[in-house]
Amino acid sequence: MGKMPVWADVLLVPLISLALAAFFSALVILGIGENPVEAFQLMVDGALKRSAGWGYTLYYTTNYIFTGLAVAVAFHARLFNIGGEGQAMIGGVGVALVCLYIPWPHWSLAIVGASIGAALFGAAWAFIPAYLQAKRGSHVVITTIMFNYIAFSVLGYLLVEVLRPTGSMDPASATFPDAVHLPNFHEMFAPEGSRMFRGAPANVTFFVALAACVVVWLLIWRTKLGYDIRSFGKSETAAKYAGISPLRITVIAMLISGALAGMMSVNTTLGESERLILNSTEGAGFVGIAVALMGRNHPIGILMAALLFGFLNQGGAELALWTSIPRELIVVIQALVILFTGALDNMVRMPLERLFLALNKKETT
Amino acid sequence: MDFLTLLQVLDSSVRLAIPLLLACLAGLYSERAGIFDIGLEGKMLAAAFAAAAFAAITGNVWIGLLAGIGASLILSAIHGIASITFRGNQLISGVAINMLAAGMTVLIAQDWFKQGGRTPSLMGEGRLNPITLPFADMFESIPYFGPTYEELISGHSALVYVAVALVPLTWWVLFRTRFGLRLRAVGENPASVDTAGISVVRLRFTAVAICGILCGVAGAYLATGLQAGFIKDMTAGRGFIALAALIFAKWRPWYALYACLLFGLLQALAVRFQSIEVAGVVIPVQFMEALPFILTVVILAGFVGRAIPPRAGGEPYVKER
Repeated sequence: MGKMPVWADVLLVPLISLALAAFFSALVILGIGENPVEAFQLMVDGALKRSAGWGYTLYYTTNYIFTGLAVAVAFHARLFNIGGEGQAMIGGVGVALVCLYIPWPHWSLAIVGASIGAALFGAAWAFIPAYLQAKRGSHVVITTIMFNYIAFSVLGYLLVEVLRPTGSMDPASATFPDAVHLPNFHEMFAPEGSRMFRGAPANVTFFVALAACVVVWLLIWRTKLGYDIRSFGKSETAAKYAGISPLRITVIAMLISGALAGMMSVNTTLGESERLILNSTEGAGFVGIAVALMGRNHPIGILMAALLFGFLNQGGAELALWTSIPRELIVVIQALVILFTGALDNMVRMPLERLFLALNKKETT
Repeated sequence: MDFLTLLQVLDSSVRLAIPLLLACLAGLYSERAGIFDIGLEGKMLAAAFAAAAFAAITGNVWIGLLAGIGASLILSAIHGIASITFRGNQLISGVAINMLAAGMTVLIAQDWFKQGGRTPSLMGEGRLNPITLPFADMFESIPYFGPTYEELISGHSALVYVAVALVPLTWWVLFRTRFGLRLRAVGENPASVDTAGISVVRLRFTAVAICGILCGVAGAYLATGLQAGFIKDMTAGRGFIALAALIFAKWRPWYALYACLLFGLLQALAVRFQSIEVAGVVIPVQFMEALPFILTVVILAGFVGRAIPPRAGGEPYVKER
């Protein structure tokens, strides 16, 4: 059967899907009586024209790289990890415990410790759904959804009853000590006295996220484990025949996925709020699904998609600030991207495949 | 706990169980036909908004109900087109629908009413008003039975009785009619249904549409019966609790009623008592909130009676390979 060329699969299909999503988003903006072109310009101004805007865009990008990679690793094993939200929340608990109870002398050590804590806690939260999927056949999608809600309750309980400092009314942990403060972009890149990146939350964790992209790429395409994960995802029976244990791969892929989702909280909890709060994930776990779908489960694609969604999120915040368009517009755009790149993928793909098939036939005759 | 408190808790359990029950039955039709639906939450939310908005504008709750059903059906159509026509991933489609509803409801609410993403509070005919069943005052003097009849059985809105009546109706449709047999068959083995000359696509679309209607009723009840108007994210995970109840009930109508009543009771207890002390141990409210989800995971794990979904669930049907 004639297939599409690779460039069409990795570039053309996502771009057409994105264009469709953009078209419908524009219709939505028109529908609520605003001008889509002006709205887009405002978003670009707010997210990309000023360094502080970039500082926010890259902060959100960092979150989405982690959750996007998390969803992608699971996708490679044909597992749909919808629980990034819960894993990130529990990862935050790991970060808070590490930062509150271990006296770190310097942030460079603290970020390592916090990353390990976040990854361990996130992975642990993914373990039960993974084990139940592999051992008892309980659908990982349903269990991870349930675990999102359980995570929210656990976090609520911990913040109200355990981690909340005495006398405080906020459901939040104590503020982390000054020694673990991560350098943000303003402290790292702004020349003396400059206002560059001032007040923006982007911090050194961004580079951890970039490193995670490289590590995931190495893992999936350059190691035996990655090969096992991909072959398991392509065909479970073939993988079994080749001596790959489904139990082992399912659990390992989900553990890695959970660890990556958990590490998002290094950025939010240690990098930004510097204490554990109730709603630090802000739906990033779900955005990760859109990011992985857009990025075709490849780290480079995920990096670009994460940038796009980081820009959308920051641009949307600016829109809400300057116009009467609520922030939820971004949720609509994210939903449309998931719809067109994920669920309606065949709608774009099937006519294109037919087109390329016809073109190929013409060439051969 | 005295008798009156008990009655009040049970009464609010019923009220809280009704949206769960309607959404759960909605999911039952869809999943029995082999279409997974994790978009129950989004459909309820869209319906809740449409019902509250149209009830607020027209002042008529029944127009609101129709609008709610309409909004839910639009999302059902998207789900059907994505997962039946284009054979896309049903779970991803569900996620998209949930997010679409979460965003669109606030967006439109803000555009129409300018009240920070909510609708105006509903009053009078804009709400589902309770119906007093006959003899409620006659039985009043009878101890125990009288108050039970008055508090628990009488005094709900019409949709509550409709929802409860839907349970035997669903059982009858699924297990005693030709349509029900075909619906269940298409969820287990669509190829056999196709061989018998019956359209798989049409059956599945019908099931998805029924699911949409019921989710619409669930959302409308939420916004006009249980509460008086729409607020952002007002479903608060009810669609997923309904999904949990569906698994808990192993995709059977009567058990769905019991599961929803149980989860309704848990919600009612969590609302009424912030924390409960059982045998000297304080159970935090968060545990009560999480209990439906924990129970579902336990059931899914198969430690207490295994839940096996319809066999063809989640798989698009390809006529010829």
